[in-house]
Amino acid sequence: MELFEARNVNKVFASTQALTDVSISVKEQSIFGLLGPNGAGKTTLIRIINQITAPDSGEIFLNGEKMTRADISQIGYLPEERGLYKKMKIGEQAIYLAQLKGMSQRDAAKNLKQWFEKFDIMPWWNKKVEELSKGMQQKVQFITTVVHQPKLLIFDEPFSGFDPINANLLKKEILNLKAEGATIIFSTHNMGSVEELCDHIALINKSKKIEDGPTDEIRMKYKSNTFDIKYRGEFKDIDLALGTDYKIISHDESEKANTLKVQYMNGKSNNELLSAIMPAAEIMSFEELIPSMNDVFIKAVEESNKN
Amino acid sequence: MSNTLLILKQEYLKRVKKKSFIILTILMPFLIAGVYGLVIYFSIKDDTEERKIAVYDATNLFLGEFSEEGTTSYHFIPKEEYATLKTNLKGSGYYGVLFIPSDIYSNNQAQLFSEKQLPFELTEQIERKLSRFIENDKRQKVIEESGIPDLEDRLSKTRTSVNLSTLKISQSGETKKSSSVVAFIASYAMGLIIYFFVFMYGAMVMRSVMEEKKSRIIEVIISSVKPSQLMAGKIIGTALVGLTQVAIWLILGGIGLVVVQSFFFTPESAQQMGQSIMESQGQMNPAAMQAAQSNQVMEVMEMIGNLNLPLILFSFVFYFLAGYLLYSALLGAVGAAVDNDEDSQQMVFPVTFPLILSIMLLFPIAKNPEGPLAFWCSIIPFTSPVAMMARVPYDLPIWELLLSMGLLVLTTIVCIMAAAKIYRIGLLMYGKKVNIKELIKWLRYKG
Repeated sequence: MELFEARNVNKVFASTQALTDVSISVKEQSIFGLLGPNGAGKTTLIRIINQITAPDSGEIFLNGEKMTRADISQIGYLPEERGLYKKMKIGEQAIYLAQLKGMSQRDAAKNLKQWFEKFDIMPWWNKKVEELSKGMQQKVQFITTVVHQPKLLIFDEPFSGFDPINANLLKKEILNLKAEGATIIFSTHNMGSVEELCDHIALINKSKKIEDGPTDEIRMKYKSNTFDIKYRGEFKDIDLALGTDYKIISHDESEKANTLKVQYMNGKSNNELLSAIMPAAEIMSFEELIPSMNDVFIKAVEESNKN
Repeated sequence: MSNTLLILKQEYLKRVKKKSFIILTILMPFLIAGVYGLVIYFSIKDDTEERKIAVYDATNLFLGEFSEEGTTSYHFIPKEEYATLKTNLKGSGYYGVLFIPSDIYSNNQAQLFSEKQLPFELTEQIERKLSRFIENDKRQKVIEESGIPDLEDRLSKTRTSVNLSTLKISQSGETKKSSSVVAFIASYAMGLIIYFFVFMYGAMVMRSVMEEKKSRIIEVIISSVKPSQLMAGKIIGTALVGLTQVAIWLILGGIGLVVVQSFFFTPESAQQMGQSIMESQGQMNPAAMQAAQSNQVMEVMEMIGNLNLPLILFSFVFYFLAGYLLYSALLGAVGAAVDNDEDSQQMVFPVTFPLILSIMLLFPIAKNPEGPLAFWCSIIPFTSPVAMMARVPYDLPIWELLLSMGLLVLTTIVCIMAAAKIYRIGLLMYGKKVNIKELIKWLRYKG
């Protein structure tokens, strides 16, 4: 079931088109990656979801119903540019932010204490923000985003500024939140984390959506029929056997095993490639290369820029 | 709890709990009282610095006529000593050298040399001594020449000082004592207070907005509450801080007044103070002086009582709130539009210019509250909070007051709406140099 849906959203700022006819739909209890180069319109879309700006046209739905201002208490939003009140004590501040999302002071304090314990920052409850390290501030910001148990979580570049240990902690928590039923929209340039976390992605470039689908399917879609093959035998035999239907990208010979990177042209299949090599050498391993999210991103954006 | 209320509470507590607020609020009355106390103390207390003044009298008329006064003593010196002293005053033990030229009767000129900046009191004392002596001497001569022996007495009886007491006729035909001096002081003070409060608290709102924008917490906040709620909470919360401060000052002031009255204003001290003031003004016998004194105090009290206090108080609260709302909304919008201190400085000036203008014009307005300057300044909404407040202690046509209030309310509403729009757009705008032209463009944005 869809928890969130945006239909044909358009937004123009002065003379810049920020979003053109963008539609996305996010399944309940899934992680949705919102990707795109800088300035593509991701943050605008996120702000529209948060009711910070209104779309010029188009509609957005939460739980199948048109979203209203009142729905924002069901959203937790961690903006890309984020901060805290520097002079305020973090405990007090976290309670205030939770209250603004509609929690009672008591519930807020109770939940926050659990989260603070979990993130090992309870001793800093009464410290002012300016006394905290940046990593600790990031933890506080993450906690204030999720403490009111929103149905929909929106993270814009959540990992920026985190060291690898804390980034890992954060990834774990995001997966935990999903397991507990939360739906997550996740915008990042860190493609590794997209592969790890996202069930579904949408790619936006120059205000338009250019890709949308389950992460695995999209990666498959961008595969280039390239294979890594380990074999025992002579390279020249293989070269001879493959002929012009196949393109050898690289090959390497070592004592342990010889390797070969090969791509087949359209009209061929994996098995045909395999049977073409089999007579020429003994195959040790045969692996199709699925492009990384990074490759997909670059390729998709470059193609869309060409058009 | 509604979001506006939450923000209001947060803004209020944040400021009221601040050490600087507590210190300022509690210390301010003591500071003011202290300053006034010191002024009064020093004006009563005699100057203790011993001053020796060397006098070279070229006329040879003044010898022995210069009596010691306070801590200042006069020593007559011969011409030769005068010449050396003039060049070697340092280390001579003399504070200054007075030269009385031989033509002083015709020129009315004398010279006082010193290495220091001379206190006004001293020069005034010497001038008085010289003038009085010459005046007496000349008068004596005139009397002698006239051949009327009791001329002196008769002349002194002609000395007249008329006291004009101003009475105001109210519509019921009653006459009330009014004083233009009391009204002037009241009007000047009110204008000043309004100015300071509007400026101080308006700037506070601006800084608070800027802080949220600079620390980048703003996006989180406005993903929870509407910008208009945020602005309303901030402005009202800060206004309550101002009112709290005023309330504390009123209470402390009240307590202070009671304490001062019961401790310091014993009859003797009042008399002593009065004497020292009167002494410098001229002679008067003590009993008459005391009577005049208490009479004066009574009169001032009566005149204050005769001001239309309920109207003044109502107008004060009205112009304080409306003026504050107007300027804090505008300054809040400025705070949202800029993202660094330099830009804010540049934007604050044009926005607060009318306010600054009105404080510059406060003196002429309070002096001539019926004039066209006073009229227009108190009608135009951006200057009216200060200007009209300066006029209210004088009676003014009620339609003028109503017109001024009505216009101010209208302008405030329009400005708040415009400010809200700038605020909403500005909050998430970073790295853009903003000027007035740009802001006007924002006002035309939709959504």
